This record gives sequence, C-alpha cells and structure tokens, in this order.
Amino acid sequence: MAAYSRPDTLQAALDVLAEAPVTVAAGCTDLFPATQARALTGPVLDITGIDELRGIVREENGFRIGATTSWSDVIRADLPPAFDMLKEAAREVGSIQIQNAGTVAGNICNASPAADGVPCLLALGAEVELASVRGRRRMALGEFITGPRRTALEKGEMVAALHVPEGAAAGRSRFLKLGARRHLVISIAMVAVRLVVERGRVQQAVLAVGACSGVATRLPDLEAALVGRRASGLSIQAADAMVAAALSPIDDIRADAAYRVQAATELLRRAMNDLTAPSETAA
Amino acid sequence: MNRTLDMVDLTVNGQKVKLPADPARRLSEVLREGLGLRGTKVGCDAGDCGACTVLLDGAPVCACLTPLAQAVGREVATVEGLEVDRLQQAFLRHGAAQCGICTPGMLMAGTAFLRDNPAPSRAEVEEALGGVLCRCTGYAKIIDAMLDAAPDGPAPLPEAGHAVGARVERLDGSLKVRGTEIYGADACPEGALLVRAVRAPYAPALFEFGDLEAWAARHGVQVFTAADIPGANVFGTIPPFADQPALAETRARLRGEAVALVAGEAGTVEGLDLACFPVTWAKADPSAPVHETRPDNLLVAGIVRRGDAEAAIAAAAHVAEARIETPYIEHAYIEPEAGLAWMEGDTLVIQACTQAPVMDRDDTARILGLEPGKVRIVPSAAGGGFGSKLDLSLQPFIGLVALKTRRPARMIYSRGESMSSTTKRHPAKMTGRAGVDSEGRLTGFIFDGDFNTGAYASWGPTVAGRVPVHASGPYYTPAYAAEARAIHSYQPISGAFRGFGVPQAAILQEALFDDLAEKAGLDRLAFRRLNALQDGQPTVCGQVLQGVGITACLDALKEPWTAALDRAEKANAKGGALRHGVGIASCWYGCGNTGLPNPSTIRVGITADGRLCLHQGATDIGQGANTVITQICADALGLAVGQFHLIGPDTGVTPDCGKTSASRQTYVTGKAALLAGRALRARILGLGNMGEDARISLSEKTLTLTDGHGERRIALADLAPDENGYVLAAEETYDPPTVPLDENGQGSPYAVYGFGAQIAEVAVDLRLGTVKVTRITAAHDLGRVINPLLAEGQVEGGIAQGLGMALMEEYIPGRTENLHDYLIPTTGDMPKIETIFVEMPDPEGPLGAKGLGEHVLIPTAPAILNAIRHATGAKITKLPALPHRVLAAIREADT
Repeated sequence: MAAYSRPDTLQAALDVLAEAPVTVAAGCTDLFPATQARALTGPVLDITGIDELRGIVREENGFRIGATTSWSDVIRADLPPAFDMLKEAAREVGSIQIQNAGTVAGNICNASPAADGVPCLLALGAEVELASVRGRRRMALGEFITGPRRTALEKGEMVAALHVPEGAAAGRSRFLKLGARRHLVISIAMVAVRLVVERGRVQQAVLAVGACSGVATRLPDLEAALVGRRASGLSIQAADAMVAAALSPIDDIRADAAYRVQAATELLRRAMNDLTAPSETAA
Repeated sequence: MNRTLDMVDLTVNGQKVKLPADPARRLSEVLREGLGLRGTKVGCDAGDCGACTVLLDGAPVCACLTPLAQAVGREVATVEGLEVDRLQQAFLRHGAAQCGICTPGMLMAGTAFLRDNPAPSRAEVEEALGGVLCRCTGYAKIIDAMLDAAPDGPAPLPEAGHAVGARVERLDGSLKVRGTEIYGADACPEGALLVRAVRAPYAPALFEFGDLEAWAARHGVQVFTAADIPGANVFGTIPPFADQPALAETRARLRGEAVALVAGEAGTVEGLDLACFPVTWAKADPSAPVHETRPDNLLVAGIVRRGDAEAAIAAAAHVAEARIETPYIEHAYIEPEAGLAWMEGDTLVIQACTQAPVMDRDDTARILGLEPGKVRIVPSAAGGGFGSKLDLSLQPFIGLVALKTRRPARMIYSRGESMSSTTKRHPAKMTGRAGVDSEGRLTGFIFDGDFNTGAYASWGPTVAGRVPVHASGPYYTPAYAAEARAIHSYQPISGAFRGFGVPQAAILQEALFDDLAEKAGLDRLAFRRLNALQDGQPTVCGQVLQGVGITACLDALKEPWTAALDRAEKANAKGGALRHGVGIASCWYGCGNTGLPNPSTIRVGITADGRLCLHQGATDIGQGANTVITQICADALGLAVGQFHLIGPDTGVTPDCGKTSASRQTYVTGKAALLAGRALRARILGLGNMGEDARISLSEKTLTLTDGHGERRIALADLAPDENGYVLAAEETYDPPTVPLDENGQGSPYAVYGFGAQIAEVAVDLRLGTVKVTRITAAHDLGRVINPLLAEGQVEGGIAQGLGMALMEEYIPGRTENLHDYLIPTTGDMPKIETIFVEMPDPEGPLGAKGLGEHVLIPTAPAILNAIRHATGAKITKLPALPHRVLAAIREADT
C-alpha cells in the first residue's frame, strides 16, 4: 500500500510534495475514473484536509478561489454577475454528485479539452497561483494549460488557488454548453461570454470557446471587433470565419470539426443575445 | 501480500465503526466489502452512473469516487440507514423500482434533495436525479414517486379473484427499496477466491502464453486457460450454431475476448496488473474468415417471400426507397455481470445474474464436462438484462475455478469488461423499396439488410430469422420479399437486445411509409390505418391472425395525433430557431421462439402447514414476472396474491420456465401459471366435492371451501405430501402452438403477437441540430392488461431505450467502453409519456394477454426520426441522430 498523506496545512502539503513524486488528490472525480483499481494507486497527497485552500474569498485586488473549492461551493458563493457563467458551468459539471466533490482547480489541472470550467475562467482572466517549497508564482490560466492534458506545473508544485482580478469581475456573463444529452455529458462545444456594456455600447467583451481545440481558447479578434459596438444586435458580429480562425476542432465520436465551428458560433451568438436582450433565452 | 492496514474510524448510518482499511480505497469498496453494506451498488467506478450515491454529511457523492480518507470524521449515509420511509413506499406505490439496481442511488440522491426541497417541481426533481442513470424505467415513475412521497402506507394487496388487472405493487419490491436484494456482486462468503480474466487487447489476434506456472507462483495465484477446461470448450445459445469458446485457445476473434483466468485471494488478485500477464499478442489477418466453416462470413440468412414483390412495385402508383444504417447498441444495464460459484458435494452451484438459468446450466455443464444435473443455477437478482444476460458470460469462469479449487469463486466484471466482452444490438445496413396503389394501399415491399453479427453466432440466427418476419410492420403487405443476413466480423458479438433486430427494421419501414403517405397524399396516420393488418388477413408469412390490435391502437391515437399536429403548428407559427414536428410509427412483435418449441412449466403447491408456494421460474430481470405470473396464478386458483410464497428460478427446485426473452413470459409462463392455478383449484374443489363456483380460502393449516350450500374444511395435515413436499399441488406445461417456416418463410412462427403505435413530438433546433423529444403518446395492445402499473413501466422504459437509440447511442469498440462516452438517456432527456392501453384479447394468450416488453421499444425511434423529418425535412439515414448529423441533414434538405 502506497503512502497516503492528508495534511491540514498547505506548508505540510508542500513538504510532502518536495520529497518525492506524488499524485495530488482533491475531488478525485478524474483520478478514480482513470483507474480500474479499487484504490488510488501510488503515493497520494490528499489536499482536502487543508482548510485554507477551500472557498472563494474577496481580496483587495479581486477574488481568490481556493484549490479545493468544489463546484457546489461555487454555486453557493455570493459573487457578482461576472461570475454567473462560472456558476452556470458549475451546474453543468457532471452531476450534483460530481459537483459536490470535484474542484475548480482539479478541472484546470486535469486540462481536458472539454473541461467545463476553463472557458469561464479564461473569460474571467483567471490567474493560477502555484505553490511549492520554493515559493509561489502566478501565471495566466492560458499559460498554465499548455496542451490537452498538459499543464505548466513543475515538480514539487501544486495549484494553491485561482485568482480573478478585480477588472475582470465586471459586467455580465453567460455560459452555454452543448452535449448530446442533458446531464452527465461531455461537451461537444461550449462558450463563455462576458460583456461590459455602458450606455448601450460594449466596453469590454471577453469570449472563450471550449471543446473546439486542444485547449479552450479566447477569441481575441472577435473580442476586439465587438468593443465599441452597440450592444443591441451585437450577435451578428460573430461570423463563422472569425470564430473558425480561432479554433482547431477535431472530428470525434461526439461531432465533426465543421459542426463544432458552426455550433460554437451559434452558441456565441446566443450567449451574446442573452446578455444583450435577456428576454430571449437560448434553447 | 499481507499488508498492515491502519485502523480507520468511520460513522456510517449513525454507527461508529472501526476497520482496517487503505485510506486511498474507494468508499464504495469499503462499504461493500469492508462493512458488508452491499446496498450501495457499483455500476461504473467512474462517477458516470450514480448507482453508488451515498451521502457525506448529507450531500450526495459517488462512493466510487470518494477515497476512504475523505469520509473519515464525516457522516456517511447509505440505503441501509434509511428507515422504511415515505420515499421508499412511494417508490413501491409508483413502480419506481424495476430491476432495482439504481434504486439505492436514486433513493439517496432523492432523500438529500427532498430534505431541502419538500415540495419540488418536476423539473427540479429531474435536475436532482440527473446524476443517477436508470436503464429500466425511463425515469417517469421515479419522478412521480419523488413528487408523491406522501405518508401513505403500502397499498393493500387485492383480494382473492381480483389480482388480474390490478395495480399490484411489485411483490419483490421491498427488497429493492431497502437495498437488501442480492444481485450478482452481492454474495460473498468468507474465503471466496476472486477471479479475473485476461482479455484480448485487439482482434483478430493470435496469442501464445509464456511461463504461466512461474507467473502464477510469483504472484501467489492460480491461472486457468482453455487447456484446463474439462468439457467441450464451445457454447452458444442456439446449439446448431454453437461456436464460442469459453476461453479462446490460440486466436481471439474480438477485443475483450477472455483467454485466461487468474484466481486467488481477493486482496492479491484485485491488485494485479494484468498487463504483465505472460501472453504475447500478434495481429492476425483481418481478411481471413472469422470462422473457417462459414464462407463470406455469412452466418445465416433469413428469408420471407410472398407473391411477386418486384412486379408489385413495378406496377405501383407510388414507390419509395430508403437506405438506413444503425450502429452497435450496448444494453447498458447498470449492473455489470457478476456472480459466485461454489461446490455443494459434487454439484456445482452458480449464483449469478442471468435471464436464462436452464440454458446457463446446460451450457456450463457441457463446458465443464458435468452432467446437467450436477450444475445448479440459482439466479441472483439481475440488475437489468435486456437480452444480453441470456448468453453465458462468467458462469463457466467461476464454475471452472470452483470446480478445480473446490473453493467458492467470485467474479465481478468491470464496466469496461462488461461492455467490451458481452453482446450488443446488431448494427444494420438496410435498404428497402415499397409501393402503393393510387389509393395508398400497399402493394409490395422489398427489404434487404446486412446485420453485423460480430465474432460469434450468439443470437445472430434469431435476428436473421425475426427481421424478415417482422420487417413489414403490422400492415397488410400482399407481395413481400425480405432477406436479413447475419454477417460475422472481428467485432463485438451481436446477440439479443430487446426486439432482436426488429427495432432496426422498423426504422427503415416506417421511414418508407412516411414517403409513401406523402406521395399518396394521405395523412400519415390515415395511411397507416388504411394499411393496418386486419383479423383474418394473412401476414407476410401467410399466417392468419385473430385479435389483431393495430387498428385499435391507431384509432386510439387519432385524437392525440390531431392535437399533436395542432401543437406543432402553433409552436412553429411563433418562428425562431426551434421547429416542432410530429411523427408516428407502429410495431408488432411475435411472442416467443420463432417456430420452435418454447415451453414453460409452472408448479404450485400447498404444504401440510399451509404454505402456498409458487415455483415462479420466469426470471424477473425487472420487468415484473414475479408479480404478474403470481397475479395470473392467484386468480386462476382463487386465492389472494398476498398468500403466495414465491420460489424463484433455481434450477434445483423449480421447473423450467424458459428464458426471459422474446416478450414471452407473461404469455407463455403466464399461460402455464393459469393452467397450473386452475388445475390446483380443480383438485381442491374435487377433494371437497364442490362446484366450480365455490370459494377457496386458506388459513393456518386448513383449506375452507364455501358455496351457497355450505362449507367444507380440508385439514392439510391429513394429506400425504408428494415428492416435493406438497400435500396438494399442480404442475402444468404450456408450449405455444407454432408452425416452422418453410423455405419461403411461410408458416405460423408465433402463436401470439402484440401490437402498438406511438406518436413522438419533437422540437429541433435548426441552427444546432439538437433534438428535444417533448412528448410521446403510446398506444399498446396487451390483449389483457395483467398489471397496469408494471405495464406502464415497461412502456416508459422501452421508450427511453428507443429514444437513446434514435438520438445518442452508438457503441464503438475500444472507444466507448464506459458510460460517459456511451450515452444513455438521463432524467433530463425524457419526454412526457402518455400511455394508452388497448385490450384486444388474443384467443391463445392467458386471459387474452399478449407480450409487451419488446414491442414498446420498436416504434419509438422511427416515430422520433419521422418527427424530426416532419419538423425540418431532414432525413436521418445514419443513426444515432447526433446534433451534427441532424444539422447536416437539415442543410441537405434545404438545398
């Protein structure tokens, strides 16, 4: 039986991490499905006993989402409307059972192309706080996820928290996910849109698409094209070509690549419509 | 490998317990194996099915995804801790548990939700239960129960003579809602060996073993291969086609085929990395025939011909043509195969999940070189079957290990193992042409289909035989030519799955009929009504039927059809991205074996101390045979359902009621139960010298007979017991009268058919290609409804499987061997379902009853596909209708 550590302080966890390679475990909703074994294999560092890592707190410059914050914690948290998309995504992660265990940080560490949380966190300008005995460092989420199932985590390092900067916690937001069934479904495509609208014009537009490329991605060209435009009728700006240029979808069992682009574009339009004309709801 | 485990303190259901356990172990394992709390079920070990839902500090989580360490210091609640409460009683009252394997998970998720939301909406309940999959019920009755968890007690059982037609709660239901039912994985005596299989990573493959002895010794286990099999290493559900080895010998024909068994102490075997097993694999020639004796990989072709179909189509006023492809479909019962085997003297006893205990016995005995009488099958409860548990899976494996080691041997398939190695629905490539005269009357129909039957025969011959018989649908088709070929491939074995190929064929036929209706200028329901088979008309096999209920079903749908079309039209008038549409399709299905003997035998007896025993040999896999067969027997005998003591399909004590397949149990076993009940009644009345109208009552050790003239008492203790221990008993066998098909497929393949038709209403998103089925109205002719509560459950569950087939289910070997890539409907995918029962008594069925189990699935997918087409013009030719396929078809229809 391999070692299983469940420390109650971050420092103790970092000490364990520094000693030898170890699997960092939190909600285990990705770790257990990856094995047929009756128990997690190899040495495990279970970080769920560390109180300081759980929950969302408002800080001076933004919001801190602790590494063991579950999706259910996100749903229950009192957060500004910019986070609505993250809450909407939280409700779409697996099932209530999964939401009660699975964590936001685990979602980014697993780095699935279809991670429900990632487009929202990208659209919130999230930064990842990495910790090791060597100290702490921060990087943008887009840099942290380096490819499908790959991250910038170095040896002895773990995610301690995600940070959403104050400036990105502005405006209203919407998340839309498309799958072939209602619950417990892996996305075919999903979008997160956050808009800051003042006096009828777009001040800030942040758009991200998931499951349509190796890593969820922002759409900087389209975002730039939206700024300054009238909010009403904004969605027609989401042209297939511009969306397609930012994505690199694949054909797989869930859909073909061409469909993914069409669906992502349509979902972006609907999300924008929802945010600019809230009476029209998407299908 | 004895490891020292730290002691762990847990609080489970309010009790503090202490046990040695690995903190990294799945909580589900600790509960089940460490604490013996096997009410928590394991369906996938991946959080995909929710069967293992328990509460941690009141919040639902999947126990399979929770390391033990995270449960320490928190309150764990499992189904065993639920007092028999309002929700459990509501589950029984509403028929919310069928096979019952998802029930503990549903109850736990439901309990947590209702605690915080005592008066929820239907939508909220759907959301709350979205994380628990059910393959039997279609969820409707589970949600009904959640919305009606009122403090009613259990419903009273009907009085004597009033069982048939009553909404009797399942007689075996309380075990299911308490979590005490024993499924395949739930029996585990001390000292049982754990068995695992080494399986082919790809196919076709040749393999050679290395030094098995050394490997076994090094790991402290025993290894068994084909060389250890004492009997004939070949089995198959249809003896003339038997071709499947229990363990492959040198060549694997499908990915997932077992080649060796590893058995040993559970703690040792579970941790073995079988990738290190000494076997070398080499790719084999995929162009070589799958079986040398079957050229062109043709297993068998089924043919039905009547009249000159080509000529009829050539002369038709309107002709339609279609080509449709359907994929492998996985049964996806929530219980992976599992069981236990042990020796009792020189008899091998196997307790495993199954649909066919006597077939299991005979095939296992042959493989193990035993007389059939030396194998006893004691079926565990089956956590869903739908056809796949008709075939042997692990029975020969655990049997071999128990026989060789003389120790109990236990095996539990993983989800991936279950999906890769057991049977599937046949993928089909079908073409069809049909013609009508100027009035829209069918003149001819030609059907042709290749059915990928995979590596071994299994039920391929049955599918090839049933499809041409049924591909016409329940319509009068004067000229007909249909051929279905079962073709081998190095792929999963296609076997029995609810409908035996008929659901695939119905998709093609009903698509053609929409074309023909359109060309003939007829309303789609009117077209079907015009062509519906009538009493006295010959079927495509030339069989003349009585009690044909299709017209009555279509008539019952007339008003719902008009209302549905009206709803769609109104909704479409609003514009927007959603287009609404309505589709209709019919079904018919012959109950029982196709032109072959198919008997059931029912024994019912009373012991000297007044125990009324029904040997109910129809395996109940959730469909309700335990209840329905008892209801029929009870009324025939004239005693109350509540007085019956059920003895299950244990081959050691219960006569053969055949297999639970082909929608035959209510009809065939039901008829045997009717005859046995009547025979026992006649014996009792004879003893008392009373007339047919006398009332029988049984209390304590006395039978009392009363009629208008007086009362007679029979003291049971005064009677001599028979060899089975009964002082009064009857045993009756019923075998459906059929006539085998001739070379043109003409004959009387089934004695009883059931009929139905369904209307599907859909909303299609024109820009995303997504389809939401909003409502299904199902009219089914059951001849006589024995138990409306359970029959509705069959309809709703069949519709769920049909919906999955239409919209999301596609099994891809090596790619979708789990329940997150292989999708089945969740609570949120199901439409509102309205069931209409039609009773056109069948002259042969017990009290007029016909089968239902498979019928209900057949019309659903074609009705949905026809509704998509009605909404958008899109013709889906390749299933499932995933969003990208629907969107592409919409665009094609627009151009």
